[in-house]
Amino acid sequence: MAPLLECRTLTKKYGNTLALNNVSFTLEKGRIVGLLGPNASGKTTLIKLINGLLTPTSGEVLINGMRPGIESKLSVAYLPDTMFLNDWMNVKQLINYYSDFYSNFDVDKAYDMLKRLNLDEKMRVKAMSKGTKEKVQLILTMSRDADLYCLDEPIGGVDPASRDYILSTILNNYNENGSILISTHLISDVEQILDDVLMIRFGCLYIHKTVDEIREEKHMSVDELFREVFRC
Amino acid sequence: MPWELTSDRPIYIQLVEHIKFDIMSGRYKPGGKIEPVRELAIKASVNPNTMQKAMTVLEQSGLIYSNRTSGRFITDDQELIDSLKTSVAEAYCRDFIAKIRQLGYSNDEIKDNLNNYLE
Repeated sequence: MAPLLECRTLTKKYGNTLALNNVSFTLEKGRIVGLLGPNASGKTTLIKLINGLLTPTSGEVLINGMRPGIESKLSVAYLPDTMFLNDWMNVKQLINYYSDFYSNFDVDKAYDMLKRLNLDEKMRVKAMSKGTKEKVQLILTMSRDADLYCLDEPIGGVDPASRDYILSTILNNYNENGSILISTHLISDVEQILDDVLMIRFGCLYIHKTVDEIREEKHMSVDELFREVFRC
Repeated sequence: MPWELTSDRPIYIQLVEHIKFDIMSGRYKPGGKIEPVRELAIKASVNPNTMQKAMTVLEQSGLIYSNRTSGRFITDDQELIDSLKTSVAEAYCRDFIAKIRQLGYSNDEIKDNLNNYLE
């Protein structure tokens, strides 16, 4: 059977700028994977390639054995790193919008998460703080029953208490068939919930190991390793 | 409450130690049932696969056994639990003695101090 996600010698150039250079890896089902790298290392480019928002300069991305397209968009839930919601909509309208769009959207789950995070369904996006917008976007993404969740910087603006809830939401939603690819700079916050780490450096895949392999071999946490590898 | 874990050692080893401690201290009763992996993972705020790995290690050590239909249980082998306790207690003592000797205490001084402290 084809792996959930496979990248083969994936390369992306923007003009003369090489954003991703010959990246190959596979991602199995049931894993939570941290996509780590300093600014401009190619994390968002990789996620956009997986979602078919960019086309590779060379190499290919396969999701369940298929190139990104209409079918893969049903099995991949994507949370972009930018605000993408219509700001005149309120939360309830957004939930309806999402459930119209995605056949695998679970409305009850969305309302349940809203309640846990004390969010008001009548609140308009325009009136929300940065952190609240992020929470709503994450709820919408995680309420889909997908095979692969691609979360690009999901918790940057979220307070520590809500961050804990969001991480436990991720753990709760995780199942043996789904995998989560999460790009973040908040390594120490997510380290404990990760299986694997993909570390990208200058567009190249630098490390692909499990968290405990890194700790066993280097006697340091992933956060400490990151700080050492990318010391300025 | 997430379990307290340090950053320098593999997570699964720390999970094993945490559960071992709960068995030795009697928080888990001999022969008692242990929560499902998923539940434990969420309680500890760790990845379920990592908790699964910790369970495998505990099963290999004989402290936990799994019953295919009804879940995982703590061993009712009190001797095994006691011998684990002894070895952990020894390690605590060794660690303590090594540290206090570095401060320049003689054996007699260590004993006096301990006795005072225990009273």
